Amino acid sequence: MTYDILGIWVAAFFTLCIFSFLYRDNFFYKLAEHIFVGISAGYGVALQYHNVFLPNLWNPLTKEGKLILVIPFFLGALLFTRFLDKISWLSRWALALLIGIFSGAAIIGYGSGDLILQINANLLPLKTNSLLTSLNNLILTVGLIACLIYFFYSKEHKGGFGFVARIGIFFLMISFGASFGYTVMSRMSLLIGRVYFLLDDWLGILH
Amino acid sequence: MRKEVPLIITFLAGFFFIADYFIPHTGFSNIAADVNGWAIIVLAFSYILGVGNVLRINAQRIAKKEKDWVLKVILVLCLFFMLGIGIFGGIAEGSIFDWFFVNTYTPMQATMFALLAFFIASAAFRAFRVRTTQAALLAITAVLVMIGRVPIGETIWKSFPDFTEWIMGVPQLAGKRAILIGAALGAISTGLKVITGLERTYMGQD
Amino acid sequence: MRKFFEFINKLDRRVIFIFVALAIIIPLLRPLNIKFTVTEPVQGFYDAIEKVPQGSKVLFSCDYEPGSRPELFPMTVAALEQMLRRNLKVIALSLWPAGPPIVEEALSDVAEKQFKSKYGVDYVNLGFKEGREVVMVSMGSSIPTTFPQDFRGTKVSEIPIMQGVSNFSDVKLIVNISGGYPGTKEWVQQVQARYNIGLVSGCTAVSAPEYYPYYQSGQLRGLLGGMKGAAEYEMLVGRTGLGRKGMDAQSMAHLIIFLFIVLGNLAYFSLKKKKT
Repeated sequence: MTYDILGIWVAAFFTLCIFSFLYRDNFFYKLAEHIFVGISAGYGVALQYHNVFLPNLWNPLTKEGKLILVIPFFLGALLFTRFLDKISWLSRWALALLIGIFSGAAIIGYGSGDLILQINANLLPLKTNSLLTSLNNLILTVGLIACLIYFFYSKEHKGGFGFVARIGIFFLMISFGASFGYTVMSRMSLLIGRVYFLLDDWLGILH
Repeated sequence: MRKEVPLIITFLAGFFFIADYFIPHTGFSNIAADVNGWAIIVLAFSYILGVGNVLRINAQRIAKKEKDWVLKVILVLCLFFMLGIGIFGGIAEGSIFDWFFVNTYTPMQATMFALLAFFIASAAFRAFRVRTTQAALLAITAVLVMIGRVPIGETIWKSFPDFTEWIMGVPQLAGKRAILIGAALGAISTGLKVITGLERTYMGQD
Repeated sequence: MRKFFEFINKLDRRVIFIFVALAIIIPLLRPLNIKFTVTEPVQGFYDAIEKVPQGSKVLFSCDYEPGSRPELFPMTVAALEQMLRRNLKVIALSLWPAGPPIVEEALSDVAEKQFKSKYGVDYVNLGFKEGREVVMVSMGSSIPTTFPQDFRGTKVSEIPIMQGVSNFSDVKLIVNISGGYPGTKEWVQQVQARYNIGLVSGCTAVSAPEYYPYYQSGQLRGLLGGMKGAAEYEMLVGRTGLGRKGMDAQSMAHLIIFLFIVLGNLAYFSLKKKKT
């Protein structure tokens, strides 16, 4: 229990150190910032060691005899040649594996998950039994086409093409406005969380 | 060797990933799965590389006794401390490692994000100016969504939440879907250029 | 009036900070208990879990860090409560480095203390794996190969709940609580589209608008957006957590922002008018 209470006080101290930045930059904020960077870096490496290095590489390689894992071990070690100017080009081999896989993932993911299915989802009937549904489908269809026309920069936005592009801008402004509203909600929620911790867990003054 | 080998690796890795989607053959899937497993391991090493870079930069600043060098010493000490207790003491719930994670890392990260609430309020007050019709549309939508998505909006007007859901599900959705489709086309073309070797900026300069 | 707007225009931002802080603190100290109702995407999230047959296995991916905790932790515990109440077997994991301890905390609070569930039989925490989308695709081939041991170091082959779990075809639903990248978008792109498995998402409010297209297309069966989504979901599950407790403060904070936007624009336009 003592460690729990000490922990809450330590957490509250660091919370107030970070909040002190709101008044102005100061030593306590910088101290908390540096401690945070150090702890997060150390945390990350320890986690990679226990969750990836040991179960996915070291144990299968040394205890189960999966010698093919020497390849990723070698490639991973090559990454550290970045610190040595003369042989830093070797690190490209490891980067190439990652870039290749993530490029493949992007093609498949965006192609199947976003492009085809999203276009399919917007092929909506403009005439339905419900007037509201028909109107909504019309707005979705017109909105998507107008926005895509706005994104097409190979043709000058004038005349009829320009008119449709301007409608696209209106739909995009609505999207950005909604995003701003939700962003405000998100940021305020994060602050509510911290204030709740200070008032409830630390000071214990909430009912 | 300097450019050709990485290009071949990129092509093979990308090819295996894409082909795995289309080829249902078990043997081929096993090879693709192995290559994916290698990427997980190499990514873990890249994380350690990043931390190594943090150490290298801060060590240089400490050696030159630059501004706030004492804080850099604290940074490095915290790094090794957390690394040491994590590797030798374990990371399970209830460990010293877990205690420091819960009572230092967690509150600091959460508070850093919480600061954004103040800055968004300040930005909304100082910079959010309705100068054009488009900006007005953005502002009106933002206000309607902000008020409609909280309980007070429902108190002001009973159908406010439904109206906000309509904004999110129809006009807003059209814009977001267009952005999704545009981004998808861009990502696919960039991915193809990288895999085929037309795009080589990731290799850096010689 | 002009002097007032000039004063407003030159207002120190720390005064704005004080108003924001008061808008949060006062409703927490003196709750207003403003009522609210459940919206369709949240109902969809709840219904999707309710439709999973009792005793089935569910993949529970908590892809977030402490920075998003106020929005996402209430969703995490409420989802766990609903799943365990339905006797679903929960296979938890995280694709963010700082996720596993948060998952451990949620499992400890809900599964262990509230439901007295047995670790390894009713639920498991597979921990973290670096790799983002690659981990997702790798799990599509084999979950045990991707996660050879759980967060506590036990071999996955020795854990009862993982018996018979090879890949996504052995789970009935994926419940994803997402703080950004990697998260819901990647689950939709790499897993839902590829393996056609049910997926529901709880996400930060920042991400929610861009996931509405996935909800409309049916790629997501339900969507919880931000703390309001968490509050509505808590109401459905019958839980009073930070989501519901924070709604009054959320309302007041939004009103304050709205007032600041109006005031800032009034000041701008009156002073601009005077200049011309």
